[in-house]
Amino acid sequence: MNFQTCVNIQKEWDIVGARQLGRDRAKEIGFGTVDQARIATAISELARNIYLYAGTGKICFEMMNDINQKGLLVIATDNGPGIKDISQVMEDGYTTSGGLGAGLPGVKRLMDEFDIISDPGKGTEIRAIKWVR
Amino acid sequence: MRIPILKLHNYLLITIQIDLDDQTAIQFQEDLLSKIHKSGATGVVIDLTSVEIIDSFIAKVLGDVVAMSDLMGAKVVLTGIQPAVAMTLIDLGIHLQDVPTALDLEQGLIKLRQELEE
Repeated sequence: MNFQTCVNIQKEWDIVGARQLGRDRAKEIGFGTVDQARIATAISELARNIYLYAGTGKICFEMMNDINQKGLLVIATDNGPGIKDISQVMEDGYTTSGGLGAGLPGVKRLMDEFDIISDPGKGTEIRAIKWVR
Repeated sequence: MRIPILKLHNYLLITIQIDLDDQTAIQFQEDLLSKIHKSGATGVVIDLTSVEIIDSFIAKVLGDVVAMSDLMGAKVVLTGIQPAVAMTLIDLGIHLQDVPTALDLEQGLIKLRQELEE
């Protein structure tokens, strides 16, 4: 496993910082411009969720190097209120913020793999991978 | 950070050349509406050629500013949305259906002229 780079999400500007770093990492790994935009947008949504619902958290990036493919793992972690009903937040159109985020279904579509672990009262961790095609 | 708004006859032209953060986007929304109010502009082109990312929040701000300007009597056209941005928006589930768009600034001005029937 490769070393991680992380961005703390504490203020609104950190959303931009996180997506710029993610885009840079994606470029280094060899993603094309469309996938760079997908990854950066997914990070933007994840970072905004942290900022809106948990207040603070972090987004980490890890380069994936399998035998036959390369990819980028994005890990979004927070110690916020957590999500009680994960199947509900994964429904298209579900929102608690009045449409401020396209939500997690959008992030899932932008990435190739998507996992969410949430402990109500403790926090949420989302792991999403995009593979280089 | 403020986004410059240029006046050309009855139109306002804006080209967004920075990575938009939430605060700048909201500030732009306010600036554009007050500029429409002050200048009496009837048409607005917002050029997005240099914008590499539109996430759900920025999309909402842009969609809203089109609707708000419409309420004030000014037509807005968004131009120059990049292929990667268009693909990402659809993946996100954002269709911006009621928002007039055009390929580039030139087409945007033609579209405005048609809409305003000048």
